[in-house]
Amino acid sequence: MSQLVIKNLQVGVETESGMTEILRGVDLTINSGEVHAIMGPNGSGKSTLAYSIAGHPKYTITGGSVTLDGADVLEMSVDERAKAGLFLAMQYPVEVPGVSVANFLRTAATALRGEAPKVRTWVGEVKEAMGKLAMDPAFSERNVNEGFSGGEKKRHEILQMELLKPKIAILDETDSGLDVDALRIVSEGVNRVKADQNLGIMLITHYTRILRYIKPDFVHVFAGGKIVEEGGPELAERLEEKGYAQYVKA
Amino acid sequence: MSVLPTNYLTPTGREEAWRFTPLKRIAGLHDPATNVADRISIALSGAIRPGFSIDKVKATDLPAKSSTDDAVVQRVRAVVSEVTHLQIAKEALVSEPIILTRSTGNQSEFSRTVITAGAHSKATVIVENSGNATLGEEIEIRLEAGSNLTFITLQEWSENSVHLGRHHAIVGRDATFNSITVTVGGSLVRLLPTVEYSDQGGSAELLGLYFATDGQHLEHRVHVEHGIPNAKSRVTYKGVLAGDQARTVWIGDVFIRGNAEGTDTYELNKNLLLTDGARADSVPNLEIETGEIVGAGHASTTGRFDDEQLFYLMSRGIPMADARRLVIRGFFTEIINKIGIEEIEDRLMSRIDTQLERVGA
Repeated sequence: MSQLVIKNLQVGVETESGMTEILRGVDLTINSGEVHAIMGPNGSGKSTLAYSIAGHPKYTITGGSVTLDGADVLEMSVDERAKAGLFLAMQYPVEVPGVSVANFLRTAATALRGEAPKVRTWVGEVKEAMGKLAMDPAFSERNVNEGFSGGEKKRHEILQMELLKPKIAILDETDSGLDVDALRIVSEGVNRVKADQNLGIMLITHYTRILRYIKPDFVHVFAGGKIVEEGGPELAERLEEKGYAQYVKA
Repeated sequence: MSVLPTNYLTPTGREEAWRFTPLKRIAGLHDPATNVADRISIALSGAIRPGFSIDKVKATDLPAKSSTDDAVVQRVRAVVSEVTHLQIAKEALVSEPIILTRSTGNQSEFSRTVITAGAHSKATVIVENSGNATLGEEIEIRLEAGSNLTFITLQEWSENSVHLGRHHAIVGRDATFNSITVTVGGSLVRLLPTVEYSDQGGSAELLGLYFATDGQHLEHRVHVEHGIPNAKSRVTYKGVLAGDQARTVWIGDVFIRGNAEGTDTYELNKNLLLTDGARADSVPNLEIETGEIVGAGHASTTGRFDDEQLFYLMSRGIPMADARRLVIRGFFTEIINKIGIEEIEDRLMSRIDTQLERVGA
């Protein structure tokens, strides 16, 4: 059983005119096996929350705390956070020219497991995971994210999640840019990892569409850099009808 | 022995061709007042095999076919009395690479080599340069009609070495010249990988990789002369710099003369700066005298390490040092993989890794 606890988290970015505040005190607790949907309009700070927890150097933590099973996440380097059990599926996965998917996955698995996975079992493991996500085996010879379609990038993110077995995953707009088929395949992948590994999930999205495939236990509405309303799945249905207008200051 | 051209002028460093080069560090190779031995230290590694021959020939019997205005190459031509001639027989298919190794010891040396690829032959020639050297050299590569030659030079010199040279290809009718120039060692290396075409239908690919750490000056002055119609050229050079006073220069001159209709050319130079205190100069230069061409373009980028790539890799648990190594290896992969000989590829990569570790980049 794992627990990610975010308390009064305040985050800013350094700009020419000084520090600009983006997150203004976020409180959220995610337990293993729970799905928390974070919904909100563009620019509300949802992605900042995701990247701050993962440790992106662009963001400065100005207050509050983040702990995973009691350990101080904010004190950890980016790779240490992954080793502690955090995973961020990115909205815009980065291209790494000249580095094959196979090499990347194996290097990451080696780092996280503390030893290189046995070649024979590893190849089978990767092949099986790719099969479940309806990915062509030739995919592993391509360079990381280079020339991938939107759908391929997102499948590749979920593939990593499946192989790296995190405790808590943050999915940053994993649904954006996906057609119905791809959305279904990616969602099934997320549900599978959740069922197999009792994964806790922070599901960041702008739309309710993905929530038909991945059922949230909690819905949090994000606006102006903090959570402004919380509820169960019924809150998502209300947002579907009424939109975010009521949360955005005129 | 030939003599220096009457118009020979000792470079002062103010000339366009020499303005990037620290002349103090080239051990007088450019200066007629400095004595440099006429020696041959290049030799075939392994046994002679069917399909090629290697001989020493009087320089006067094998004069250079191309002209040059490079001061050091002019001195090399004036001093050298004996030339190494590697000949690949007409229509020969030499399956295993022909490897030439050079070890000059501590003596300074001027040397000339001519490689002739016979008509419709196919071969790979690798020149391995390692150890200490103070070397001025010219390698002239003559590709006869329909020949296909892969020419690889590896500059894996020790850290005090000085190497100035010209590797000039004359590409014949429908011939294919693929070259890979790798420069990872040496205190000062200044190479002129140059190409001209002697007939139509020729194709040249010039790939290069250089990696400079603190105090190294690695200079590559590419020149492709399109003076014949319907020839093709592709140039891709990639460099990584790390450490204080790491210095690289890349010049990419491509000239498309008025009669060179149907020319198809593209040149690219990419540099990655890992630390402060390193400097990369990149000067692509395309001159076009006819509009009747297939295509001509160039691009040059010099940038810092991409923090987003690093973040992405580290967010998957890969430690910073490993993530950097992965990105740098990835940057060079496109060139290194073309060598096609695993032993050499691994050796180059591990040398790069070791040097990276040493400068803490």
